[in-house]
Amino acid sequence: MSELTDLYQEVILDHGRKPRNFRAMPDATATAEGLNPLCGDHYHVFLRMDGDRIEDVSFQGNGCAISKASASLMSAALKGKSRADAEDLFQRFHRMVVEGDASQADGLGKLAVLKGVADFPTRVKCASLAWHAMHSALHGDSQPATTE
Amino acid sequence: MSFDVEAVRRQFPVLSQRPYGKRLAFLDSGATTQKPQAVIDAVSRFYAQDNSNVHRGVYDLAERATAAFEGARKKIARYIGADPREVIFTRGTTEGVNLVAQTYGRTHVGPGDEILLTGMEHHSNIVPWQMLAAEKGARLVVVPVDDRGEVHLADFERLIGPRTRMVAVTQVSNALGTVNPVKEIVRIAHARGVPVLVDGAQAMPHMKVDVRDLDADFYVFSGHKMFGPTGIGVLHGKAKILEAMPPWQGGGDMILSVSFEGTRFNTIPYRFEAGTPDAAGAVGLGAAVDWLEGLDREGAEAHERDLLAYATGRLQEIPGLRIIGTAPGKVAVISFVLTGVHPHDVGTILDREGVAVRAGHHCAQPLMERFGVPATVRASFALYNTREDVDQLVRGLHRVREMFP
Repeated sequence: MSELTDLYQEVILDHGRKPRNFRAMPDATATAEGLNPLCGDHYHVFLRMDGDRIEDVSFQGNGCAISKASASLMSAALKGKSRADAEDLFQRFHRMVVEGDASQADGLGKLAVLKGVADFPTRVKCASLAWHAMHSALHGDSQPATTE
Repeated sequence: MSFDVEAVRRQFPVLSQRPYGKRLAFLDSGATTQKPQAVIDAVSRFYAQDNSNVHRGVYDLAERATAAFEGARKKIARYIGADPREVIFTRGTTEGVNLVAQTYGRTHVGPGDEILLTGMEHHSNIVPWQMLAAEKGARLVVVPVDDRGEVHLADFERLIGPRTRMVAVTQVSNALGTVNPVKEIVRIAHARGVPVLVDGAQAMPHMKVDVRDLDADFYVFSGHKMFGPTGIGVLHGKAKILEAMPPWQGGGDMILSVSFEGTRFNTIPYRFEAGTPDAAGAVGLGAAVDWLEGLDREGAEAHERDLLAYATGRLQEIPGLRIIGTAPGKVAVISFVLTGVHPHDVGTILDREGVAVRAGHHCAQPLMERFGVPATVRASFALYNTREDVDQLVRGLHRVREMFP
């Protein structure tokens, strides 16, 4: 059985407490909302695109340590990435957290600390929420993203 | 007869399991209560011995199924002080509110009219009225909730106006445990000729309810929150009002005769029970009522009050814990927040300690907004809980504080 400390690693607690890029972005070129209707976790993700490149990423909102840390780590990982790289990260992250494919962790850098979430089925949606919102923003969807 | 909690606990098979090797402290009875063996047996006995469709067959088995189903209706009616014709089986509280909104509401609410709710309603007592208001061009008026989580009768006096067509209020708040003075609210509304729907979902597991004494026009509740099965609930309505209401869903059992030229509808309560009902569920709910009647209710209520006082006291040990909802006389429900930790994280850590609580908005988002929190942790007690459950909760919360200092 996985332990709580596998889930609440120091890096996650740190990002949950002091999220990076936690701010609105008045000059965003794309934004999307992420909403978990079951628990009420709610985020806005902001992107400023420079052509194909993500020049800046930020987010705002409310949620648990897992959802906030995941959004914070995502924002740091995506800055400067191309649209295709962001898509690739989204897919790898999804495979690691939702499908429990631990081998994806190698290519995910700091995001690998979220690997343990896969063993806590009730928390998988927390970790994926901001990612779904980012994905919607990238694709210009106007509906709020949910993890349902 | 005295209340023996250990003897009660032994009747609930679920409570003996050990999640993660720990004793189970089930503190989420506000979401659904566990079921005593007597209820489980009644449902299983119905399917094993009496099952057939009710109100249809001429054979012995069908007669027994019908007798069991109608027997449950009579039992529930007697328990709440109603006439069996006033007891309509539904899927639960939500369906009961929707039924009233879609029948009584659609015929009595028009453009510019008002429906009065309180700020502590569950989504199921908000959304059906909101849908009706949107359809009719009516509006919702909301009685405010104070800092302790209470509503004030003076606000009802002030807000029930000439356009008010319905007052819909919960008897007990699912998120805070507040017990509302529904009898007085009914009196105030009736003095102005306005009917009242009372959501009794959270009251039924904690107190004996007499619908005649309460005098509400509609009283709705769910079986699964009062030790009965899921999928069954009751809408109690005054016979005179039900008889004047148009049917809701059409189908079998709700008709007297059908032709393509027109249909004659059945009498109450059947007019509102289209299709094959959840007969086993009704029988199970009847068994839950029998089970409750076999208990020392006063003893059970005293036991729950003791748990509430003990838990409220012990929670003060946890640094940064704030209880939301401190109304005097509330039932054993404690909503709280911890500085620096989201309720979800609290829920996951408590789970690993064998403690089951609800973390979230409790289907009462407007109320959460009122208190300026996105979510709370809720420990909701039932008569089978013990001080040991409280101690386990407190131990778990210390563990939360270790991880989130």
